Amino acid sequence: MSNHSAQIAHKHRDDVGSRMGMWLFLFTELLLFGGLFLIYAVYRHEYIAQFRVAAMELNTTIGALNTIILLTSSLTVALSIAALQKGNKILSILLLIMTNILAFAFMINKYFEWSAKIHHGIYPGSEHLLNLPNGQILFYGLYYIMTGLHGLHVIIGLVFLTTVLAFIITGSVNKNNYVKLENAGLYWHLVDLIWIFLFPLFYLIQ
Amino acid sequence: MANGTIAISEKSFFEEGTTKKANGILSWLLSTDHKRIGIMYLFSIAIFFFVGVIFGVLMRLELIAPGRTIMDAQTYNTIFTLHGVIMIFLFIVPGIPAVFGNFFLPLQLGAKDVAFPRLNLLSFWIYLIGAILVLISLFVKGGPIDTGWTFYMPYSVRTTTNVSLAIFAAFVLGFSSILTGLNFVTTVHRLRAPGMTFFKMPLFVWSTYATAWIQIIATPVIGITILLVMLERYFGVGIFDPALGGDPILFQHMFWIYSHPAVYIMILPAMGVVSEIIPTFARRTIFGYRAIAMSSLAIAFIGYLVWAHHMFTSGMSDTAAIIFSFLTFIVALPSAIKVFNWVATLYKGSIDPQPPFLWVMNFIFLFTIGGLTGLVLGTLATNIHVHDTYFVVAHFHYVMFGGTGTIFFAALYYWFPKMSGKMYNIKLAKINAGLFFIAFNTLYFPKFILGYMGMPRRYYDYLPEFADLQLISTIGSWIMFLTIILIIYNLVSAMLSGEKSIANPWGGVTLEWHTPSPPPLENFDEIPTVTHEPYDFSQLKTMKYIPKGETYE
Repeated sequence: MSNHSAQIAHKHRDDVGSRMGMWLFLFTELLLFGGLFLIYAVYRHEYIAQFRVAAMELNTTIGALNTIILLTSSLTVALSIAALQKGNKILSILLLIMTNILAFAFMINKYFEWSAKIHHGIYPGSEHLLNLPNGQILFYGLYYIMTGLHGLHVIIGLVFLTTVLAFIITGSVNKNNYVKLENAGLYWHLVDLIWIFLFPLFYLIQ
Repeated sequence: MANGTIAISEKSFFEEGTTKKANGILSWLLSTDHKRIGIMYLFSIAIFFFVGVIFGVLMRLELIAPGRTIMDAQTYNTIFTLHGVIMIFLFIVPGIPAVFGNFFLPLQLGAKDVAFPRLNLLSFWIYLIGAILVLISLFVKGGPIDTGWTFYMPYSVRTTTNVSLAIFAAFVLGFSSILTGLNFVTTVHRLRAPGMTFFKMPLFVWSTYATAWIQIIATPVIGITILLVMLERYFGVGIFDPALGGDPILFQHMFWIYSHPAVYIMILPAMGVVSEIIPTFARRTIFGYRAIAMSSLAIAFIGYLVWAHHMFTSGMSDTAAIIFSFLTFIVALPSAIKVFNWVATLYKGSIDPQPPFLWVMNFIFLFTIGGLTGLVLGTLATNIHVHDTYFVVAHFHYVMFGGTGTIFFAALYYWFPKMSGKMYNIKLAKINAGLFFIAFNTLYFPKFILGYMGMPRRYYDYLPEFADLQLISTIGSWIMFLTIILIIYNLVSAMLSGEKSIANPWGGVTLEWHTPSPPPLENFDEIPTVTHEPYDFSQLKTMKYIPKGETYE
């Protein structure tokens, strides 16, 4: 409470508060996806057989690969935080760059997966899709919406991580002030967590 | 740490900003000071409110007589949609939390600012962008949205008007609401002054806190629902389209899962303001402080479980309808607890009928009518009769305008001297309050009767037997318009050339009255230490600022 000068009035720092704000925000993200999970549950219940048929078409290998990639990236970001806490700036930067590369790899995989599907004429509103039974249309609709929204979050996470990376390089995020990196890490874990639910729902349950 | 005595500069936050430039428009637009942000919200919200009022008056003018009067049916559809969208998303939902929450939450907690000042500024800008998107959607190709503010499927997908842009604007506004909510929750948890325990917080803080939780929990759900409508429009995914196997009723569920709790986002902060004003003007500690605080949380919680009462006629199982009807009754209990406690506070109080108090009396009368007619709508059998009639329109105007809108004005009159350091014309303010009461009941009460007689809501035209009541209602809208002009006149002229106000004109005791009017940049000359219960009027004796001409020896 000593910073009474008006110029630095709002430079107060509250790491616990920052983390709390981030957790609350992540909570809203979970609820955003929660709405979609709810819709998925309703339609899966309504069209059990057709969801099953449609799910067979998805490429489990790519899905599994992407799961491994995301899980690994969660590990590297966690290690990056630990490295910075211990004062090893270089290692922290390297691990964070690695996280970014893995995130890119995820998006590239996603690109190939989506474009293969679209190449086969499976995309919302396509002629091929409209000739399929309703349950399959809904399955693919949800597939595109949910993985698409997740992909968007991967991109946002990438931007977030890269920004923090720049902060670490310039030194404003450092051994004594790493709450931004922690928050970016939390966000990235959320992205990972949501994928861990999406993967079985779309690729595994058959 | 407590009672720090290092004096900071004595300039008010009007004279000293958080940016390098001390004055000029940028020192406002880029300010991270919660008080300046609150005032910027006030200005923008007041403008949008006025636009909404004009749409409302135009609508009533069209309905003054059967048949076409001043506009065609499509324009009418557009105008009532915009009236709803503007009033709900731009005025009532953000109104009290964004203006008075921003300004007074940190003051009442004894904090220097909110937990995330820059995020706070960002929320304001997001709000403004959302609002501008709404206005742009009026003019771009396709024409203004005509779906009603509920965006019901499947019409919202089939209409050719500008639905996507308007609902994207609602999404953006929701984002702003979420950020404000998480800012407030963190502020309450982290920035309370020394000695300020949870049960020493003023009740406005409690209700804003409960509201912030609803904002955080409910808003994402409408966010995703709205995104789905947009995806439907662009790609025809089929989630809500029966032709592709989807279910439009599911849209209604998703929509009301948010939008019903949103009703409590609208009313809870208003109830908090009432709990501030009543003890101040009754000079008496509030009756049942903990019951009021807890009932805010109870409303926030139960408010989640009642959404499907909007859908009794949409096609739901009877069991579900009965359960939702029952839950709807339960949510009336915490509201009633509050009303009883307010009335009990007034009992044996030494009441000083200043303008804010008169507005609160307006509120209690109007909100009680709104609440009781809510029971008529919550009851399954009577709901079937009056569903989607003017009865509903009357009910929600009594609750939202009579509740939140009235309290928005009450809060303005209560806190205006603190915010601006000026005093308005008290006599005119009292006349305003009376005029508002007359205008309100002339405008909306006939709608209860119309609805009971069977006049459906949203209709452009009506049968001749409804003409008399429609006419009365339209005349009411003119008096209402006049009242609102008078309020604006009173406050604006006070701001420009009003007398200087003393720091504590009403003799309030919560923390915001312990600092000069207008407050300095960092709110308090010295960080306050809280030793009293929030409404303990014995502390007036020891307070630095007391009303003029009064001594408390």
